[in-house]
Amino acid sequence: MFKIREKEFLSPTIARFVIEAPFIAPKRKPGNFVILRVSERGERIPITLVDSDPGAGTVTLIVQGIGKTTKELLTKNVGDAIPDVVGPLGKPTPIHTNETIVCVGGGVGTAELLPITRALHAAGNIVYSIVGARSRDLIILEQEMAAASDELFMTTDDGSYGRKGFVTDQLRDLLTSRKVDTVYAIGPLPMMKAVSGVTKDAGVKTVVSLNALMVDGTGMCGGCRVSVGGKMRFACVDGPEFNAHEVDFDELIIRNRSYSEHERESVQRFEESHACQARGAEVAP
Amino acid sequence: MSTANALKPSQRMKIPRAKSAEQDAHERACNFLEVALGFSVEQALSEATRCLECKDPVCMTGCPVNVDIRSFLQLMMVEDYAGAVRKIRESNYLPAICGRVCPQETQCEAVCTMGKKHEPVAIGKLERFVADYESLRGLFVPPAGAPQRAEKVAIVGSGPSGLTCAAELAQKGYQVTVFEALHEVGGVLRYGIPEFRLPRTVLDMEIGRVKDLGVEILTNFVVGMTATLDELMDTWGFSAIYLGTGAGSPSFMEIPGEGLIGVYSANEFLTRVNLMRAYAFPDTDTPVRIGKHVAVIGGGNTAMDAVRTSLRLGAEKAYLVYRRSRTEMPARDEEIHHAEEEGVEFLLLTNPLRILGNEKHEVRGMECQRMELGEPDSSGRRKPVPIPGSEFVLEVETVIEAVGQSPNPIVQSTTPGLKTGRKGVVEVGEKQETSRRGVFAGGDLSRGGATVILAMKDGKTAAAAIDEYLNGKRDLVVVAPETAVPQTARS
Ligand SMILES: Cc1cc2nc3c(=O)[nH]c(=O)nc-3n(C[C@H](O)[C@H](O)[C@H](O)COP(=O)(O)OP(=O)(O)OC[C@H]3O[C@@H](n4cnc5c(N)ncnc54)[C@H](O)[C@@H]3O)c2cc1C
Ligand SMILES: Cc1cc2nc3c(=O)[nH]c(=O)nc-3n(C[C@H](O)[C@H](O)[C@H](O)COP(=O)(O)OP(=O)(O)OC[C@H]3O[C@@H](n4cnc5c(N)ncnc54)[C@H](O)[C@@H]3O)c2cc1C
Ligand code: SF4
Ligand code: SF4
Ligand code: FES
Repeated sequence: MFKIREKEFLSPTIARFVIEAPFIAPKRKPGNFVILRVSERGERIPITLVDSDPGAGTVTLIVQGIGKTTKELLTKNVGDAIPDVVGPLGKPTPIHTNETIVCVGGGVGTAELLPITRALHAAGNIVYSIVGARSRDLIILEQEMAAASDELFMTTDDGSYGRKGFVTDQLRDLLTSRKVDTVYAIGPLPMMKAVSGVTKDAGVKTVVSLNALMVDGTGMCGGCRVSVGGKMRFACVDGPEFNAHEVDFDELIIRNRSYSEHERESVQRFEESHACQARGAEVAP
Repeated sequence: MSTANALKPSQRMKIPRAKSAEQDAHERACNFLEVALGFSVEQALSEATRCLECKDPVCMTGCPVNVDIRSFLQLMMVEDYAGAVRKIRESNYLPAICGRVCPQETQCEAVCTMGKKHEPVAIGKLERFVADYESLRGLFVPPAGAPQRAEKVAIVGSGPSGLTCAAELAQKGYQVTVFEALHEVGGVLRYGIPEFRLPRTVLDMEIGRVKDLGVEILTNFVVGMTATLDELMDTWGFSAIYLGTGAGSPSFMEIPGEGLIGVYSANEFLTRVNLMRAYAFPDTDTPVRIGKHVAVIGGGNTAMDAVRTSLRLGAEKAYLVYRRSRTEMPARDEEIHHAEEEGVEFLLLTNPLRILGNEKHEVRGMECQRMELGEPDSSGRRKPVPIPGSEFVLEVETVIEAVGQSPNPIVQSTTPGLKTGRKGVVEVGEKQETSRRGVFAGGDLSRGGATVILAMKDGKTAAAAIDEYLNGKRDLVVVAPETAVPQTARS
């Protein structure tokens, strides 16, 4: 059992958890994730290890409630326990030095990007970051990203904060005004695809972290398979980071819709049962 | 030699082989309850009595772990069923499992003397019977172990290989910890083999027996990531390690259309259903897609399990697509037979060419080609060759590929100096030793895919070698298996 030590909402749908995981904490590297299960009947989902404190034996996760499992996780409080957390999984990010790097984060992807940005910055690279969100209240981790970057640019789709527009607009400007060696982009698939398009035109090496559907996270099911450079790769063990210019984003976008009907049913049931709980009614386990 | 029963051999030969009751084929194709119901006490006694108590019990040579079959059958003849299972457990710590899943027809029962002229003694079903008998009546007593030893041994992977090695070492007095990556214990026995062949309760019971020996099992622990082999030795204080991480990484045919929605590896499909209980969705959270028409590609146990599971999830038509003929199918006879009874349609000598989708990128068909058998290939099996112009489209909404597996990659990629061969198979010597001192390996990891009982055999061999190694005979257990031969792989 993995006990929750701290919980804090960063936005209406995104929360940060600090969880006891004494074996994982000392082993976490930027780019790693865990697979967790929220309940005995729960599914296994991947969540990035944003931070860790080996001394305290804790890890930090930042989770956005989008479906049944993540919404259920957001109902957990300090003192509750998560039954299963396994990791660290995935290949850690190779941390280069002496480069000029742009880190682009969108939505909860910013949380996944933060540990990488920190490590790149700590290794002495020049790091410019771009963080985008749909609107001001969805922006997360602004201060943390600012602290880990030489310069931080904010964008919102509706212009309610920072520059109005998409992260790609800001990225295009940066690529023309400065010499950039590598771009890291993590966020929704359409965003990563758009970034990849921009940097491909500009000829700048780009790394993305792929949110494939996963089950085991150890290379055992092939459910997380993605096409990279025309080859089949398993995101959990060969990734999750890949050369953006080789990724077949369209295939992944389609594959991630595999269970959209199932997910809708699942969320609906969860929200109904939760409404009951809120009213204090008895709910069958 | 004293015989345990009064019947003359000629009389025993007249007794017909007992037939285990089975759930009705139509009914069972809609549920996940066990298909074979096992022997009644009367049937078991009668079947055991058929054994000729051969002076030279050849049956034992057919069993990879040399279960003393004659002795356990003799104990059955005098109705000492608990004694019989204790006898089996001396060489096989998981009898309730092996009695259910061993390919007996190619092993112990294949060589049974009775089988020369008549049907062989139903050794597997009897093994299952005594194990179930003991468990239902609560007669299990843990075998007396050796005195406690100070050394700690780590077992990586809780499949049949790891569990067996753990049980053997615990009985020798070692402090044993099993590390398992998943949240549940059992390896393929848990996530691969379905409940209708191996009920969860049986598996839990056998794992409980291993724990009864004092073995500690840590789930949610990926060796290589949560701790490396070096850390297990240097920081955690383990003196020796056994790797039984299996060959779970699925191969794909690499034909067009594998990125469509509705294409699964058999591993993913079975894991969703068995480990994650997708059959109960939305009461459980893991979904699985099942079309009205399902095609499963392959001819092994994995393919049989996937195709029979499809029926149970509600597929109206389940096809088994195999490019060779029925005689080449590696699956257990019983499973092929059960699949046929349940209404699986076999498309033999048929090879998939590509998977076809609709505008939403969901599977809608699979183009196949007919094959005929040509000259024997290097494996001695006749090679299938395509018949030109025989292409046709099978209308399906789900495609499940069961076309082979290779070793789970994580330990190999995180352990410097661990010698591996083709597809990441860990190379081992005669005593299951690897190229790393104090590290042993076996089961599917070193065989590249085999059977439960061979995985168990390796676990036993390794346990004996680890004991030798820890008793100071380190040089006896050679390091760097330059002479290692790849053990036979199953296709
Ligand atoms: C390596 C990796 C790291 C991740 N890190 C984080 C993180 O730090 N914080 C965070 O909030 N989310 C993260 N995710 C995404 C997270 O796993 C999904 O949001 C979660 O699985 C959705 O589950 P659900 O039941 O709540 O939603 P569902 O109802 O299952 O799905 C809702 C939507 O999420 C997508 N989705 C579903 N399952 C997965 C899955 N297993 N992986 C990816 N997308 C999925 C679906 O396409 C669907 O559109 C990460 C994903 C990956 C692969
Ligand atoms: C669907 C299916 C049906 C089968 N049917 C039969 C049958 O009827 N009869 C038969 O004899 N054989 C059958 N087999 C084959 C048989 O199951 C295998 O040969 C056997 O399970 C191999 O045992 P193992 O212990 O080597 O590995 P596995 O059973 O594969 O167990 C390996 C375990 O190690 C864990 N692991 C992997 N990597 C790590 C890591 N880094 N750290 C910690 N843990 C790790 C895995 O999660 C897994 O639990 C079948 C196989 C399949 C897939
Ligand atoms: S373990 Fe398998 S091969 Fe050995 S006797 Fe039992 S059923 Fe036969
Ligand atoms: S070979 Fe057959 S008949 Fe002979 S002892 Fe073994 S089981 Fe009995
Ligand atoms: S999640 Fe199963 S192989 Fe990657």
